[in-house]
Amino acid sequence: MEKSLLAPGHRACAGCAMPTTIKLVLDSAGPNTIVVSPTGCLEVTTTPFPESAWCVPWIHSLFENASAVASGVAVMLKRQKKDTNVIVIGGDGSTFDIGMGSNSGMFERGHKVLYVCYDNEAYMNTGVQRSGSTPFCVHTTTTPSGSQSQGNPRPKKDMPAIALAHRVPYVATASVAYPVDLRKKVKKALQVDGPSYIQVNAPCITGWTFDAGTMIELARLAVETGLWPLLEYENGELTSVKKIRMQKPAAEYLKLQGRYKHLFKKAGCAGVLDQIQAMADANIAKYNLVD
Amino acid sequence: MSEKTANMKVVEGSYAVAHAVMRCRPDVISAYPITPQTHIVENLSQMVADGELDSEFLTVDSEFSALSVLVGSSAMGARSYSSTTSQGLALMYEVLYNVSGMRLPVVMNVANRAMGAPLNIWNDQQDAIGARDVGWLQIYVEDVQEAVDATLQAYKIAEDPAIRMPVMVCMDGFVLTHVYEPVHLLDQELCDQFLPPFRPADVLDPAHPKTFGAFADPSTYTEFRYQQFEAQLKSQDLIEKVAREFEQTFGRYYGGLLDGYHLDDAEVVLVTLGSVVGTIKDAIDAMRAEGKKVGLLKVRSYRPFPVQALRKALKNAAVIAVLEKDVAIGGEAGLVTDLKAAFYNSSTRTPIIGFTGGLGGRDITVRDIRKIVARAEAARKGIESEFEFLDLRTEIL
Repeated sequence: MEKSLLAPGHRACAGCAMPTTIKLVLDSAGPNTIVVSPTGCLEVTTTPFPESAWCVPWIHSLFENASAVASGVAVMLKRQKKDTNVIVIGGDGSTFDIGMGSNSGMFERGHKVLYVCYDNEAYMNTGVQRSGSTPFCVHTTTTPSGSQSQGNPRPKKDMPAIALAHRVPYVATASVAYPVDLRKKVKKALQVDGPSYIQVNAPCITGWTFDAGTMIELARLAVETGLWPLLEYENGELTSVKKIRMQKPAAEYLKLQGRYKHLFKKAGCAGVLDQIQAMADANIAKYNLVD
Repeated sequence: MSEKTANMKVVEGSYAVAHAVMRCRPDVISAYPITPQTHIVENLSQMVADGELDSEFLTVDSEFSALSVLVGSSAMGARSYSSTTSQGLALMYEVLYNVSGMRLPVVMNVANRAMGAPLNIWNDQQDAIGARDVGWLQIYVEDVQEAVDATLQAYKIAEDPAIRMPVMVCMDGFVLTHVYEPVHLLDQELCDQFLPPFRPADVLDPAHPKTFGAFADPSTYTEFRYQQFEAQLKSQDLIEKVAREFEQTFGRYYGGLLDGYHLDDAEVVLVTLGSVVGTIKDAIDAMRAEGKKVGLLKVRSYRPFPVQALRKALKNAAVIAVLEKDVAIGGEAGLVTDLKAAFYNSSTRTPIIGFTGGLGGRDITVRDIRKIVARAEAARKGIESEFEFLDLRTEIL
């Protein structure tokens, strides 16, 4: 196997899906790539000065401006007539929330930039606070479960739909547990003459609380329950979905994670579990995930 | 025809500055509309649309993104430009630190304007003075011609390999951006001679992968800051050198760090920034005719703050009055505070008094200047008030 473009020795947690995701993305893109990252776990675990895990040119500026920085990189490459990949790799906080204006600008201007969101569904770098990506009823440090609370009161923001509303020509969801699918999507996205967006389900061991050895299994369950459908949109049309052989109950995915444990301990949570199951079922129906 | 008479045209200040930017051949321009800066970027986009200017012009979603785009382009080796003002500069605040911290030599014209609330679109210098500590060099100009010339000089200073620091060219909003004045527009050949292409040593390049914007822990962070601090101090000589080189090529000189007017024998010295210099010169002419020994020191470079040059230039003053268009609410104001600090450890014990005026676009008149001079003369016998609001309308308080 060729040497990975993300060097070992980075400081991500054991059992974190992020470095695995990044490696898959980088190795699909190849060395002729410039990466832009917002502030977050990725930046702090890979670039403690004077060390760097990046074997491709990499730039970090701020939490909410990666798409704007990438726009500057992309226009200069265009000016230089260079065919180099520009990839933003950021977490869900910068993607869904604080960087939304910058993302919207980049999408709308149509730069040839692939935006990859490693989505671990909360602000993990600052200690597991709720983000716009946090799913319904997840316990975080700012949406804690309690006698008056069952965790995050709102469902996850539909970021792919927001990208699609910008007429982003390639939009996909992917999972760290499906590497072949992810690689294929990255390669396809990089062929697009314009922006593209891939949102990768990337479990966080400290935020979700699970056994380190079960990270891939957990990510696979998210797909098999229907809670994380693997989709692909080209020019606004849904062109492929990853079929599920047999739908697993949502509870099977939820019960492996500390962030949902209150739902199984507290009385009166059965209704909530039913609601989450209904969300999974709605995905199965909407995207025709089970034959 | 010599450069002194060639290309002299009556144009709007914003056009003149846009023309100067075009002469600098920027690769990437990124901007967001905000009054009174907008005419600069409108002119630039028209130049691109007409094929006069070969630049990538990005219309973005905010000033925050405008400057962020330039982080990316500058790291790619692009000569990068933006302009803004007031709320726009404030929205850029985070990025300002980032650009200087990453040593990206971006140049920006700031069309100085008041900060809200209350909302006010007119000129003062609160915006840029409020950003004095962000690591950017700040040059304040007196008139449109100086804005033009300082913009070209700014790139030469910013891109010097020994400096590599971003520069703000601060010009009073409306007063300079919207005024029509006769201006020597810059000649392309001379500009190319004066300003070589931007060829930074470190760029984002897959052939030589480098990491930009790593995080620094307590063991190295201080040294990053120190290097910026040192570069600003070093840039003092360069600002002076570039001003002299500019004089050799274009025949105009405004002083490098500072400029004086009737300074040599002046007993009362006014110290200020920006376009109010013109009014003060008129007032001085009138007062000189009456036999009053009044002089002016224009601070061109506010960052770096030229402590030694200021001590030298003001060493014979009997009293110093600072007039500025900003206020440090709860303190005094930027220039007067810095100036007092510059003198504290020197042997000079000249009284220094400060005035804030022209806030939110209020006119500063020759009468106001005379009032300041009268106050300064009184202060020679003892300071009654160290700092005051000029022309305060007490009847509406």
